[in-house]
Amino acid sequence: MVYRDEVLRHLLRRAGFGASDAELEYYSRLGRRGTVETLVDFEQIHDDVDAFVGAPGYVGVKAAGAVFSPNTVIGDARQRWLFRMIHTARPLQEKMTLFWHNHFATAYSKIAGAYGAADATRLMAARAAEDPAGQEGQVETIRRLCLGNFRDLMVAMAKDPAMLIWLDGRYNTKARPQENFGRELLELFSMGVGFYTEPDVYAAARVFTGWNLARTAANPSYPRYEFAYNASLHDTAAKTFSFAIYPDGGRTIPARSADGGLQDGLDLIAAVAAHPQTARRLVSRFWSFFVSEVNPPTERFVSGLARDVLARGFDLRAVMRRLLQSPEFRSEENYHTKYSWPAEFVARSLKEVGWEGFTLNNAVSQMASMGQVLYEPPDVAGWEQGPGWISSGGMLARMNFAAQLSRAQAAALVKAARPHASSPGAVLSHEIGRLSPAPFGREAYDDLLAYLTASGAWTGSDAQLAMKVPGLVRLIVGSGEYVFV
Amino acid sequence: MAMTRRDFLRHGAGAFTVGLAGPAVLADLARAQGSGRRALVVCFFAGGNDALSTLVPYTDPYYYSRRPSIAVAAGDALQVGSDSSGVSLGLHPGLPALRAIFNEGRLAIVQRTGYANSTRSHFLGTDVWGSANPASPQSHGWLGRYLDTLPQPVDPLAAWDAVREIPRALTSDHVPVPAIPSASGYAFSAVNGGAEAARERVFAERLASRDASDRPHLAFVNAGIDAAMNTLDKVALVAKYAPAAVYPSTATGTTLKTVAGALVQGVGTRVFWVQLGGFDTHAAQAATYPRLMTEFNNAVAAFYADLRAQGLWGDVLLMTFSEFGRRAYENGSAGTDHGAAGLMFAAGGGVRGGLYGTAASLNPAPDNPALENSGGDVGYETDFRSVYARVIDHWLGGDSVSILQGDFRRPGLAFV
Repeated sequence: MVYRDEVLRHLLRRAGFGASDAELEYYSRLGRRGTVETLVDFEQIHDDVDAFVGAPGYVGVKAAGAVFSPNTVIGDARQRWLFRMIHTARPLQEKMTLFWHNHFATAYSKIAGAYGAADATRLMAARAAEDPAGQEGQVETIRRLCLGNFRDLMVAMAKDPAMLIWLDGRYNTKARPQENFGRELLELFSMGVGFYTEPDVYAAARVFTGWNLARTAANPSYPRYEFAYNASLHDTAAKTFSFAIYPDGGRTIPARSADGGLQDGLDLIAAVAAHPQTARRLVSRFWSFFVSEVNPPTERFVSGLARDVLARGFDLRAVMRRLLQSPEFRSEENYHTKYSWPAEFVARSLKEVGWEGFTLNNAVSQMASMGQVLYEPPDVAGWEQGPGWISSGGMLARMNFAAQLSRAQAAALVKAARPHASSPGAVLSHEIGRLSPAPFGREAYDDLLAYLTASGAWTGSDAQLAMKVPGLVRLIVGSGEYVFV
Repeated sequence: MAMTRRDFLRHGAGAFTVGLAGPAVLADLARAQGSGRRALVVCFFAGGNDALSTLVPYTDPYYYSRRPSIAVAAGDALQVGSDSSGVSLGLHPGLPALRAIFNEGRLAIVQRTGYANSTRSHFLGTDVWGSANPASPQSHGWLGRYLDTLPQPVDPLAAWDAVREIPRALTSDHVPVPAIPSASGYAFSAVNGGAEAARERVFAERLASRDASDRPHLAFVNAGIDAAMNTLDKVALVAKYAPAAVYPSTATGTTLKTVAGALVQGVGTRVFWVQLGGFDTHAAQAATYPRLMTEFNNAVAAFYADLRAQGLWGDVLLMTFSEFGRRAYENGSAGTDHGAAGLMFAAGGGVRGGLYGTAASLNPAPDNPALENSGGDVGYETDFRSVYARVIDHWLGGDSVSILQGDFRRPGLAFV
């Protein structure tokens, strides 16, 4: 069974965080192809979502302190990101940002342990326009580059101050090379296990010696931690790898003067970006994130898009456009075959159920019980995805969130259900239509109907709607079917 | 049976207390006693524990020359005697409670646990230890395979994962394991009150119990909901537990209090999974490592006191592991990079304590057989699956040969 607008809703669940009624109407006018173009070419859409934080008619936020300070207080930064997921006019930009936040997984807590809460929040989440020194946090950098060039994104992450703290690059010196970043560059950011050797890791560590941090003061009143290449700490000797570094097949980064040593890292990043396995691995990750976690990727899809990644010089926008138009993405076989991340679950349920009177700090704390804290992936590999999100404790948290949200939206839910009050079946169709869960089987569908009449024969009175509709919505949003996007 | 000094060193002080029974007899005894009340608590030191800081070879000059700023001083190590190769060893100074348990003969320390061609990847390493299958680390977990051998229907609380995600070790064919990080937060909220609240719960249960065999992914999620609904009431009992000792308010303290509560309330859990993170000490290890040891030590101290008071210490086996050990020498940031072999603890009232296995000389000479990776890493001596095998056969009452898909039993490794 495919619901009304399901083609568009599938697109928006995957390339965004679902759709409210108003958004669905807006994108319906653009049509599927027009929506893809709007999502992918998001720079054409004016981005003013932050201006509405705290405004009436939008989901609420609750500042941790006296003033909402997402540049310096991590709890506020978490709420702002959720706010954007719900209200942005550029949903794919937020979705890609979340993808890369997981790919380059960096956790706030280690940064805070090194430099304190305010600087750590800046390094993770500061919007440059709102910082007197113009500092841009890691996730803001990702947001800016999320559909740009993959090689440039890797370079930006290698120089990112939070990354230099997270993977200890700031301690990587020629006297004592530090392997943490070099290893993860090969294992997690590019080719993956099986395509490099242990000596490659040691050589990669030497490549990045001297990539360091400095406390700078472009504006003397506001010193900030920024990237700085320290030539005196760089290992100038040649580094040889087991895979090609240069287009001619050369495997050795030549000995260079210390002053020119920054180029070593740029050469290595260019090489791992160009490694055929990197494109394949990236496309496989796109498959899991955008197409399906249930059905395996087709070879046609992986090799086709991987070829595109390389042929188009790592241009992610072109790859994403092709992905969203691919028959695999569009296939009904792949609808509802992705386990929603807690962030997706929360943002989508707020869009579909309603957000009136709801504040996002509630969602932040409940997301922790579901297994996801933004800016705090559990380790360098990011979150355990797919079935990894599903545990009894995590499901209980989702069910309880559904209950809390339905209770908060009770009045609005009753009002919206009133025109459908003629029969339990009409109420159920209405709710399933607006919530777009994976289709319920016959028995489960009958259970939902039975719930509506379990407390007395159907009258459709307001009193009955008030008792039953919020309960029905919690059952649907808390169901296994609703987990899938 | 005559007890030689060598036996004592190999089997530890606990060997004195087992009397005259040979290993085979003891195994039979363990099986005959059944494992009904017995519980295994697995504690994962996530991030790659630096075993050379946990158990310090404080007379090895190379330990100090290769770790000039992070070595534990000889005078600070809590001495636990010498192993069978005559190397004197001491526990990290943050582990006084562990040393006290060692002195009672109830802490076994298995040195240099690992496997051939140890991966230096956290994720692959965790999968290898979880699956107990280095050749196919994506397969189901060793504890999950044990749970699969229990008679059906398996109690929904047969295993208790105190971490939010289900670790690979607990993945199985047909036993869904509940993830219950906090007993008190594990309750069902309703939209309505009174009878309607109960109805919401009934219908939520009913929905999740519907056949979804045509969509295995949905069936999997529904099993997660089922596991939650079927365990709520028992977990509520555990949440009410009033311990007989004061637990520290750390994550590990809270978790071990919950484990003790589950044991005391008799909810039937056989396997608990506990995790302590933060062991990826690439930098400033001298500042972070003592914190980790202290958190673990203080939580274990309370757990031990509580279970002793409740008369349950003999029913518990607490076992620790990590996905790998760390480099023999320190790096430029006063930390250590990823290495190979590590160590495992086993503690409990039924443990034959002592030092098992031998310490590696840290001499970087190329002909030092105890090291690998050009003298950089400690090589393994005891296959970690031999430790698992002992636990499966002699504590859980399972059959290690089938569960581990191979015979990893080692008679000398008789710590339980």
